[in-house]
Amino acid sequence: MSEKATETRDLIFEVLRPFADEKGVSLSEGTELAADLDLDSMKIMEVLLEIEDRLDISIPQNILPNLRTLADLERELDALKTH
Amino acid sequence: MALFDKFKQLANHREALFHGGIDPGRVVIERILSPTHAIIDGRETVLFGTNNYLGLTFDEQSIDAGRAALSREGTGTTGSRMANGSYAGHAALERELADFFGRKHCVVFSTGYSANLGVLMGLAGPGDVIIIDADSHASIYDGCRMSGAEVFRFRHDDAADLDRRLKRLGSRASDALIVVEGLYSMLGDRADLARIAAVKAESGAFLVVDEAHSLGVFGATGRGVAEEAGVEAEVDFVVGTFSKSLGTTGGYCVSNHDELELLRYSSRPFVFTASPCPSVVACTRAALTNLRERPELRTRLWDNVRRLAGHLERLERPDRPPSPVVPILLSNPALAVETWKELLERGIYLNLVLPPAAPNGISLLRLSLSAAHSAADIDQVGDALVALLGGVMKSSPG
Repeated sequence: MSEKATETRDLIFEVLRPFADEKGVSLSEGTELAADLDLDSMKIMEVLLEIEDRLDISIPQNILPNLRTLADLERELDALKTH
Repeated sequence: MALFDKFKQLANHREALFHGGIDPGRVVIERILSPTHAIIDGRETVLFGTNNYLGLTFDEQSIDAGRAALSREGTGTTGSRMANGSYAGHAALERELADFFGRKHCVVFSTGYSANLGVLMGLAGPGDVIIIDADSHASIYDGCRMSGAEVFRFRHDDAADLDRRLKRLGSRASDALIVVEGLYSMLGDRADLARIAAVKAESGAFLVVDEAHSLGVFGATGRGVAEEAGVEAEVDFVVGTFSKSLGTTGGYCVSNHDELELLRYSSRPFVFTASPCPSVVACTRAALTNLRERPELRTRLWDNVRRLAGHLERLERPDRPPSPVVPILLSNPALAVETWKELLERGIYLNLVLPPAAPNGISLLRLSLSAAHSAADIDQVGDALVALLGGVMKSSPG
């Protein structure tokens, strides 16, 4: 795993940990944003705003339909960081 | 997940909140008595959830104009303007709105929702960029999604955040479409358009302002928040609706850009929807005349805003700028539901807004004031809110 990928995953886990703690679930690549963390579309957008600020990138709303698991989010963020 | 599983979740959520009882989706107005009063569940009820800011729904001039158009031109147009042609009333309404806003062009849509869809889908497409306020109305989100453009959000009403995001876009910023609202419909806060317009001007982007809830409410002549802020020249497209201050249904976009006229050919929500009924167009034209010629309606509305604010001071809520949309933020959905039900039983109707319809996961009771509310109406809702919520507001967001 590249250093960049680890960095992205660490950030995702850090931002989502409060939601995981609230639901009593542990985070993994396969954790689902809606089914496991109970994040609706509005909450997911709030999470993305925070990640945007932390990484100083802009995340298009268009990726939302592609985001089911944390692995999906990691893949999309890495793609954006390389642009 | 099976096709209908999502409805089970929705049904369970509803049951948990309303226990099978009345909910906003099931409220039936058995008889409407005036812009501000109705019979609900056999009880005379004062309406504080209508967005009927100028109280024009029972205006005699509008009703007479609508009745005459109904007799003269029939019940409906039975098709779109592209297929069936425009009626003279459609064209006249567009001329009158363009004149009111001091713009070259106006396109009328069948609803305010389709106006946002039509403008955003018409103006932007794949390869374009739209930047929207995070608290934008669903119609803006839907229009963005359907446009196929790349869509970014900026933090609510934060011009500095908008500036940061535009700068991240680099050379694409000068061709981006920024979308904001004049008055945000849930929390009743007005946009800081002076700063947003300055950021827009510096970037060279285009600016769309949705004045759905601010038409007839703000500005020296009622053109909205952009007029009040003195930045109309920086607003490329103004979008709005007839279903609030004008008391009918429909939507519009005005602009000085000649390209707006071409939306009639390229915008699917314009091309593929039946055009507004002649009677609705006639009522809207009469209401627009009222809006222009009777500034006292605006004065009366703001008198009511101040009167209610006086009552709500007793709730010790955080200070909010005066607005005809008054949100009362509560700490949890159950409290919001219970208070809403109790108010309905006391003959007061207002809006119950639960997540995710309200931003940031909050629950709120939302009031919209009208020029047609009497002082007694305002006192009734003010006293009831203080009686029901006086003890709990300290532990609520406000």
